[in-house]
Amino acid sequence: MSVTDTYQPLPDTGGPAQPLIRVSGLQKYFPVRGGILGRTQAKVQAVDGVSFEVKKGETLGIVGESGCGKSTTAKLLIGLVEKDKGEIVFDGHALGERLSLKDLRRGVQMVFQDSYATLNPRLTILDSVAFGAKVQGLDNPEDLARKMMDRVGLDPDRFAHRYPHELSGGQRQRVNIARALAMSPRLVVLDEAVSALDKSVEAQVLNLLNDLREEFGLTYVFISHDLNVVRYISDRILVMYLGEVVEVAPVESIWHEQAHPYTRSLFSAMPSMDPDNRTKEPPLAGDPPNPINPPSGCRFHTRCRFASAVCREAVPKLSGLARNGDHMVACHLHDAESGHPKAGQGVPE
Amino acid sequence: MAMAEATSIHAPEKVEKSKGYWSGVGHRLVRDPLTMFCLAVIAALILSAVFAPYLGLADPYKGSMIARLKPIGAPGYPLGTDEQGRDMLARLIYGGRLTLFIGLMPVVIAFFAGSILGITAGYVGGLTNTIIMRTVDVFFAFPSVLLAIAISGALGAGIVNSLVSLTIVFIPPITRVAEAVTSGVRKLDYIDAARASGASAWTVIRVHVIGNVLSPIFVYATSLTSVCMILAAGLSFLGIGVRPPEPEWGLMLNTLRSVIYVNPWLSALPGVMIFVTSLCLNLLSDGLRSAMNVRD
Repeated sequence: MSVTDTYQPLPDTGGPAQPLIRVSGLQKYFPVRGGILGRTQAKVQAVDGVSFEVKKGETLGIVGESGCGKSTTAKLLIGLVEKDKGEIVFDGHALGERLSLKDLRRGVQMVFQDSYATLNPRLTILDSVAFGAKVQGLDNPEDLARKMMDRVGLDPDRFAHRYPHELSGGQRQRVNIARALAMSPRLVVLDEAVSALDKSVEAQVLNLLNDLREEFGLTYVFISHDLNVVRYISDRILVMYLGEVVEVAPVESIWHEQAHPYTRSLFSAMPSMDPDNRTKEPPLAGDPPNPINPPSGCRFHTRCRFASAVCREAVPKLSGLARNGDHMVACHLHDAESGHPKAGQGVPE
Repeated sequence: MAMAEATSIHAPEKVEKSKGYWSGVGHRLVRDPLTMFCLAVIAALILSAVFAPYLGLADPYKGSMIARLKPIGAPGYPLGTDEQGRDMLARLIYGGRLTLFIGLMPVVIAFFAGSILGITAGYVGGLTNTIIMRTVDVFFAFPSVLLAIAISGALGAGIVNSLVSLTIVFIPPITRVAEAVTSGVRKLDYIDAARASGASAWTVIRVHVIGNVLSPIFVYATSLTSVCMILAAGLSFLGIGVRPPEPEWGLMLNTLRSVIYVNPWLSALPGVMIFVTSLCLNLLSDGLRSAMNVRD
């Protein structure tokens, strides 16, 4: 019996056209406490009104600079951070209505960045991998764990009774992948899952992730700061800035044309192997503004070369480009009625 | 897999099974001579106290007016006799029963109570943490000796009351340590990963928290046993612990105090017992601390 036969995912509801997960208006503000009484002094607007959907079998890459809310979004998806507002709908069932947190965690699993910190140093690899399957009440959790270890390239006879500190970083990240998959999830959130690995090991793990997606019919949300890695594994890319979505587009479309000025700066900061292909875009100046008190209107206007009066006042809506509706962007430059002096012309060169 | 190929090039090596955590701790302990020596001394003290009636000793309660204050090494009295002519060797060994019991029991009870309180406060956090930790903080306002004397004094003399007062004294520091260690572990990714698997708070605590916090708490509690023994002896010395004629090291120290100019070596003996026991307990706790450190 192969490992595919022992995979026990939740049944599909709603058919292939229904997105596997849909979030709308997701919001999380972290209180900043201070003073003698520990009152809330301010709120960090980590994630503010994020909406997107992930289709069945697709990989959505999420990119953005540090502190833009990528990881908070990931933790919101699996309920590790409680949302303030918004809706999470997993395969047609809304969290908190027809879907309990435990069931959500049966369908959604997560792989974290730090492969060592995510493994309990006192548990053997087998115990760690089998823990979730046991909690979720799957059949033969240990057997399932051994098969899943074998599938991710770790010989169960060699590694089952070892401890995390006896393994290398790449091996540990394979353990983490096996642990997530042992619960037979349908959606796997990979939060910087390959960022801490060597380039060669990173490539192996990426290939493994691609194989696993095919074999088990998985859907990924892949968070990374490495655009090349995101391009390799993703079908669509979502760009975040200061807790908001600024652009969502299919990979080739966004690689061809970055519709948001921020996305363009992000891509131009990527080093190129071709000496003739030099960056023409001036680099972004300064740090991102403080998320405790984000700028009014478009949050990017403080660092945008094309900002005008309307950008300081009105919040741009996320909407499809005129010639390609799948390519969504939140920028006044693309909205003909926005009142921006160069409205409707797209981002100038 | 590339990795599997790389390893299969070599002849199939014998798979060495990783040893369990506790067998590793035991292995490191055995190779530490000082800790093993202290363990042997403590074990000898406890065993001799437990099996005192079978050691063929003199009656520790039976005095003799003509055999008072015999020096150490007197014929028939290897460690001499006290101010009422009772055999010192018998009294010291029988005294270990009460002293060790009152010295260890409060720490054992406080270890469980403090761990439960501290782990709860550290894992749940928020208001629960505030309530538990601020309550515990009240006890830190008093020095531990003073607190033990105050509670014992209020409850009255007696063994049970000494036990109760010493337990109350040791719950706050153990809770403190347990809370600090637990809230550190609580922030680690493997707790998040365990919660993400849909496990209940109790399952996460049982499988992932306790194993990682118990050894520092345990080591800390071991270091408290010597303090507790000295406090217990102190209570008896002050007359609010064990009452005469029970043999107990602190009490013996008190009654022999009056003969310090007549036979100083004799009056030092209970003190020596307290000193040796508490030193060995301290060294044992240091040895445990280093043996429980996984990565060396």
